[in-house]
Parts: sequence; structure tokens; C-alpha cells
Amino acid sequence: MNPLFQQPLQVIGLGLAGFSDNLRAAGGKVLHLNWKPAAHGDSGANWLLANLVNDARIEAANRQALQQFLDAQPVLVDAVPASEAIPAMAGGERRILHAGPPIAWADMCGPMQGAIAGAILFEGWASNIDAASAMAQRGDVALEPCHHHAAVGPMAGIISPSMPLWVVENRAHGNRAFSNFNEGLGKVLRFGANGDEVLARLRWMRDALAPTLRQALRSAGEIELKPMMAQALHMGDEVHNRNAAATGLFFKRVAAHLARQTQGVSALEFIAANDHFFLNLSMAACKSMLDAAAGVRHSSMVTVMARNGVNFGVRLSGTGDRWFQAPANPVDGLFFPGYDVNDAAPDLGDSAITETAGLGGFAMAASPAIVKFVGGTPADATRHSRDMQHITLAQHTAFTLPALNFAGSGAGIDARRVVDRGILPVINTGIAHRLAGVGQIGAGITTAPLTCFVDGLAALAGQLEQ
Amino acid sequence: MNLHCSVFPNLYMDSVSLMQVSARLSALPGVSRASVAMATPANIERMRDSGMAVEVTAKPSDLLVAWVADDTQARSILDDVRQWLKPVDVQGGDAQAARVPGSLEMGLEAQPDANLALISVPGQYAAAEAMKALRLGMNVMLFSDNVPEAQEASIKTYASAHDLLVMGPDCGTAIVNGMPLGFANVVRPGAIGLVAASGTGLQELTCRIHHLGEGVSQALGTGGRDLHEEIGGLAMCQAIAMLAQDPATRLIVLLSKPPAPAVATRVLQLARDCAKPVVVHFLGADAAQLASQGFMAGHNLQHTADVAVAALRGQAVPAPAGPDPERLAQALAAVGRMAKGQANLRGVFAGGTFCYEAQLALVARGLECESNAPVQGVRVLHSRTAGFGHSLLDMGDDEFTQGRPHPMIDPSQRNTRLLQDAGDPGTAAVLFDVVLGFGASAEPLAELLPLLKDAQGRSSAAGRHILFIAHVCGTELDPQSRQACVSDLCAAGVLVADSNIEAAQLAVAAILALNGNQS
Repeated sequence: MNPLFQQPLQVIGLGLAGFSDNLRAAGGKVLHLNWKPAAHGDSGANWLLANLVNDARIEAANRQALQQFLDAQPVLVDAVPASEAIPAMAGGERRILHAGPPIAWADMCGPMQGAIAGAILFEGWASNIDAASAMAQRGDVALEPCHHHAAVGPMAGIISPSMPLWVVENRAHGNRAFSNFNEGLGKVLRFGANGDEVLARLRWMRDALAPTLRQALRSAGEIELKPMMAQALHMGDEVHNRNAAATGLFFKRVAAHLARQTQGVSALEFIAANDHFFLNLSMAACKSMLDAAAGVRHSSMVTVMARNGVNFGVRLSGTGDRWFQAPANPVDGLFFPGYDVNDAAPDLGDSAITETAGLGGFAMAASPAIVKFVGGTPADATRHSRDMQHITLAQHTAFTLPALNFAGSGAGIDARRVVDRGILPVINTGIAHRLAGVGQIGAGITTAPLTCFVDGLAALAGQLEQ
Repeated sequence: MNLHCSVFPNLYMDSVSLMQVSARLSALPGVSRASVAMATPANIERMRDSGMAVEVTAKPSDLLVAWVADDTQARSILDDVRQWLKPVDVQGGDAQAARVPGSLEMGLEAQPDANLALISVPGQYAAAEAMKALRLGMNVMLFSDNVPEAQEASIKTYASAHDLLVMGPDCGTAIVNGMPLGFANVVRPGAIGLVAASGTGLQELTCRIHHLGEGVSQALGTGGRDLHEEIGGLAMCQAIAMLAQDPATRLIVLLSKPPAPAVATRVLQLARDCAKPVVVHFLGADAAQLASQGFMAGHNLQHTADVAVAALRGQAVPAPAGPDPERLAQALAAVGRMAKGQANLRGVFAGGTFCYEAQLALVARGLECESNAPVQGVRVLHSRTAGFGHSLLDMGDDEFTQGRPHPMIDPSQRNTRLLQDAGDPGTAAVLFDVVLGFGASAEPLAELLPLLKDAQGRSSAAGRHILFIAHVCGTELDPQSRQACVSDLCAAGVLVADSNIEAAQLAVAAILALNGNQS
């Protein structure tokens, strides 16, 4: 029998505060919520969400997805051309992968179009930028999201068949994930630059850097990425927008092995000059961990967050390959001298895979330097990390945050919690110039749009009814 | 003078807070009209209806401020509004402090033993919050109204299947484990457990039981629609089942408007099987019929409490009492002082059940009347703005509370109407209620007393005499002092009855006497 009358009454109040005040005045125990309607006040979505709360099927599915995610052991095993790593890139077909959810050439932002045109030149499919753009426009090159091929790329996220990729294998489940190589800052393909200097660097990375790193990896042996990322968190990185410590740790790990290679010194110089070198490894590691959690029927755990420069896209474990998209939210950030918000491209890149995995904005407490981008304080950084723990299923055991007394960073975003609690995933991000080729013009913090999660839950609810 | 409008994206505040901001904004010098509300289609429509043709793009989760004033002041007005809308810094400025939970699930993480959610959010979201609470294992009191009936059926079906209690929607009052929920009077703990589909009716019962020297184990509301066919009395059945198992409850009282026949059968069958004495009152239904089915039946609210207390004490069931002879004599004496043309009874109620019961008293004596919430045999209101003949208003009904607080919280609109009716030369008697307790106005008479004096003075000057009859629903333990209210009303020349039914009966006796005089 319902034991209410035999227990002390403990109330949670929502709505009129006066009722809670009265209870307190009468000696009752009451917690009054700071309530507001969920889902932008859409009453239908509120009702739908309510019926998913504590659903036994979702809870069981989430436990499974979360466990697979936490169990994953990403290991750097190789560096090979995309045509070797990804079956769809092998057949000699003209195919280029890009960041974020699917998008047609005509709808792409400037930096992504510039980067794709550059990649077409790089592959030798066209002889100049105009011809390359026309080729893409005609549909002569298949354009698909990296995420459709277990891959991720920062900013424009461009991967063409001959580009070298990192191969990260999740040893717990055997799945592999891929990412391209980081070119450094300034005029680079991922911000849409496609001049000779950019293409020359890409060729050097393909012909010299990648084979050299491959040899060094063979000599060094596989590199466990999870411990390296965990250590970097304790050294001031959040392994999304700050990778200085992680890049240093990686450099230490491979330095001696690279030094023995013919082009080892130039490879070492290249890595040492780029504090973001590790970013692409962090991303591939996160992708391999999250792919391990994908496709668990009924799970509301988020497995992908990615931006294509127009839309923000989300995937849930339980809804498989479906994308839930909405226009990207604006970035709250600082701009390099001479630029302002009018110069900014909308939020771009697959790098939000780090936040999906509980790093980046979720681990901001580890990286107080990052909050300076938005004029924040270290207290803001810890607040962000605490907030993110409210929308995740659990806390990481591997990734801990010293500033939170070594509590784990939030692990496994639950789309239900995002909508129910009205707390949006926080994403640390670079800001690209809206015109191709200008490059990074700032950095800051943004959030994932609520609509993606609301729509994802609607799809999940439909699946539960079947 | 121009219309100004400002949207605050994703800022939610409850309707009471917004009404306060509206009132402050309207009171600013130079502002001729103002409205502050969540930007729901209904609210925007209402602003347009009130002559403010707002044209904005806004979501229901945005806050919309509209006002009519000179352009020159627009900026300073907006600054003021922004200041008023600023949230209170509940964290004391400490960014390290824990975030105040914003959802039920977060609340439960902070207070894991919470066993009841008290929900008073806008109706279109209320059922969702109730469903969340139930799915998290909590019982629910749903104060909110305007909840779709299908959602009410869903949450109650879920609750019944999981042995949880849902009180409401539109449940205004309850006492659970001695704690006041919503509007509730302070009464002593005791052996009588009550379940009611009628809010102020339940308050009247608990107060009467207290006055008679007994106490209340639990006073549970079900919401007014619970005993409709569509809901099937699910909440009342759950409440009966829980009270049947509660060792502190030795007698059960059930109160409702007449239920749908199939629902009545179901509820009464459960009551019969519960192994505890049960007193039943279906407002306006034939008590003899219930008695013939073996139930102790109340004839009115007062009588129901009297029967329950007598039964608990093992005493004989009392017959329904008439009005106190001394007060009846006072009422009839007042009739003698009335002028020709004074003929009508005007009732202005804050409590819906009080209005309902008063109508029944008129109908029982063959008096024709009108009401905005008519019982069977009563006409619908002739006009919303002026009474016609005998007229009994439920001022807590939706049509009078759109965008305004309930008259139990803020009686000013009720008082204005009361004075208007007193000023009508055809008015002979004015009947009203004063509801005390948690949730009700802290000073229910502060505004009314001088107005009453003024009205009586003016009618005297015009050669008339108005009979004011009131009933105070409350106890001496309530935050407002019942004794002080009663003596203040008496001092103002108001005839104060012991119960709502007695007040109505006194009014009826006066009107009948008046008719007798005139015939």
C-alpha cells in the first residue's frame, strides 16, 4: 500500500512560490523548484517528454549504451591514406567527406566550399579553383558527412581519398574511427583556405609527415589515448580547444621514434609548432568511444553532435543513423583584433564529438584558461562542468577534474535530461571567418540547439510506441 | 500615447509574479495601460482583445511586456521592467553554490525522500509535470486548472496502476499528514479522513469538524472532474483505498457534486467495502436515496460535518439544523427597516462550493435566481457586469479570474462587485463569504470594512437598509484570526452566520419575509 500517510511529508513545489512558503511556515519540508516550461514552452513536447521519464526500456538501453561507451579503449594503431582506411573512399570514386550533418554544395558556408574546392585541386580532379567549384556544383563529386564513415574532422572537416588519416581502434569492441591530420593555424584547408601554400603543406603532410609518423608508430607501438587524454586534463587541457599539454605528451611519446626516421626532425618541428596537433587524435578517440555506444535500441544517449556551418546535427544511440538538425546557435566569444561577430561563420566542425564524449566544454573545470575566451572566471569553468554533470547519465571514471575534487566529467548525454532540465550542452569552439580562406578569427563558447534534442525524443517516443 | 512592446526570450515567471509586475507597470505615471505575460497565443490574443494590438514574433517560453505610454518614457519604463523581472539571486552570488533544481528529477536528486509534488504551473504544462512526478514515484497535488481532460485521465490511470495519489487538477486544498497544501485551514489532527471533489466545500468541512472539537487525519482533494464519466472517480477511489488502510483514520467523509451514475456506483461500492464508517454528501442530491443504500448522508456541508462528528462519537445522527433563532430574528428585523423597492438578494462569493450551496438553498425554497455557475433550476447570468433579480456570483470562476488572482488571494475585485450590488436600489440583502487559512489573503477584511461602512451610510441616506450576511470559513488556528474577522464584521453591522448554509438560509428567510410583506 502507498505509504504516504505513514511517512513525513516531503514536498517538491513548482509554480506558485507562496504555497511552498506556507508549507515551510507550517513546519513542513519543501524544496521549491526554479521551474520553467521545457522545450521552448511547446506543451505537446512537454507531455511527450514526461512520458519518457523513467521508462524502463530507455533506462535499460541507456545503461547498456553508457557501459559500452565507458568500456571503450581507444588506441592509436596506424596512419594511412583515407582510401585505405575507409571502404567508400577506396574505389577511385570522387568522394569527399565533410563535417556535420549532410548538406548540399549550394547550401554550404564559405569555408566549407573553399575547403572542398581545395581538396578537389589536391586530388588533381580539377586544375583551378573555379573548375573545382563548378565540378562540386555539378555534383561530379560525392559529398558526404565524415560521420557516415566513422570519421571526424575539425572545422570544415574535409577528407579526400589521398589524405592521411589517424586510425584509432577501440580495443574493447574492435570498432575503428578515423580523423584527418591537423594542419596548424593560419591559412589552412579546414578554415576554407586553398592557396598554393595550403596545398603544398597538404602534399608534404601526405608524402612526408604521414609515412614518417607511420614508421614511428610501428617503432613506438600502439598508443593508448585514454590515459594520455586523462593526464592532459590534469595539465590544463580540455582536449578540444586547448591541446597544449596533450600535444606535449604525444610529442614525448613519439619523439625518440620520430628522431630515428629520415624526415623525423621536420615532423617533430611540425608537431612542436602546433599546440592543436593532438585535437584530431582526441576527436578520433572520442568517435571510437561513442560509436561503441551507438545503435542501442531505445537509448536516449547522444552519440553525435556535429556542425556543418549551417545546421547543428545530433544523433541518439536509439535512433541509429537519423540526424536531428536545427540552425546552429551563435557563439559567445572573443575575436582576434580586426574581426567581429559580423565576420563569423556559423558554428562549424565535428569537434563537438569531444563534448559528446564529456570533454571540451564538459571538462572546462580542467582548463580555466579557456573561459578567458568569454571573459569568464575559473568559477565559471567549474560551473559549466557541474552543469554538464546534470545532463549526463553518469560521471567518467577515466576523465576526472581536479577542480571538482577529482569528480568525473559528465559522461553520456541523456537527451531527456537536456530537454527536461533546460540545460544545453556547452561547446568550446573556434570561430571561422565566414569567407573561405581567412582562417580562425576567434574562439568562444556556444551551445547545442534545444530543438535537436526535442526532435530526437519525438522520434524515440515513436519508436517506443511501435 | 503609443503601444510599446518588448520580448524577453526564454524568461519564465509564474502568473502571480507577472500580475504583480503588470500592476507595478500600470501604476507608473504616464502609463495608460499595461500587460506582462508569457507569450502564449492565448495571452497575445487577450492583449489584442484588450486593445493592445501587439505584433511580435515570440515563443510561448518568451516573456512579453506591452504598455501604452508616451514615447519619451519608453526607455526608462523598460529599465524599470527589466529591474523588476530580474531573478532574485538565490545562490547569494556564490558561483560555486549548487544550482537551484529546475526540474522534478533534479529536485528529487537534491531531496531523495520527497513523496509529493505540489504543482501550480500553467495548465498546458501541468499534466506533464504530474506525469513526471508519478513516473518518479511521487504522489501529486495538482493545483493548476485548464488541464486537458484526456491528460487528466492518463495521469490518473497511471497513478491508479502504480498505487499513487493524484489530487487534482484544479485541486485547491488538501491537508496531508497535517501539512497545508494550497489553500488550507489549520485544524487539529484527528480521526476523520475526508475526500472531496469540491475545494471550499472541503475547507468548510474541516473547519466545522474542528469547531465541533474533533480533528482531521487527512483531507484529500480530487479535482472537480474526477467523478465525471471520463475520469471515472479514479482519484476518489485511490483516496478511499488509502484512507481505508490508514490506522489514524476511523471515519471517512466523501464530498462531491452528484457524480455520473456509473461512477457513483463504483465509488459507493468501494466505500461500502472499506470496513470503516462512511458519511457521504453529494451536493444537491437526494440524501434519502443515499440513506436508503445504507450510507450516513449529509444534507448540506454543515450537516455533513455534524453527522461525521456524531458518528465518530457514537452518538445518534442529528437532523439538519435550521438557522440560529437569534440570528434569524436579526435577519427578519432588518427586513422591517427596508425601503419599498428593495427586493433582491445578491451573493458575491469567493468560494465556488459556497455559491453552489447557496443556490441550492434558494432553489429548495422555490426562489428563482441567476448565477454564472448555475445549479439545476437556476438561470444563467443575465449580464456579467450587473445583477438581475436574485443573483449569486462565483467570483473565483474563470470568467472573473482571467489575468487576475483568485478572490481568495486578492479580494479587491470581489469587494468592488459587492459594493456595486449594495449600491443597487433594488438590493435587499448581500450575501458573501470570507475564506481564511494558508494561501488566502493575509488581511481579507482590510479593504472591505471601510467600504461596507460607506455603503451602509449611503443607503441609509437614501432611506434604505441593506442586510449584509457573511460566513467566515476558518479556524482560530489560521494565520488570520477568525475571531477578529467575526467581531470586525459584526461591528460593521454584518450578520455573521456559523456556516455557509446558515448564511444562505438567513438570506432566504429574509427574502421570503420581504415577499410576504409585499404581498
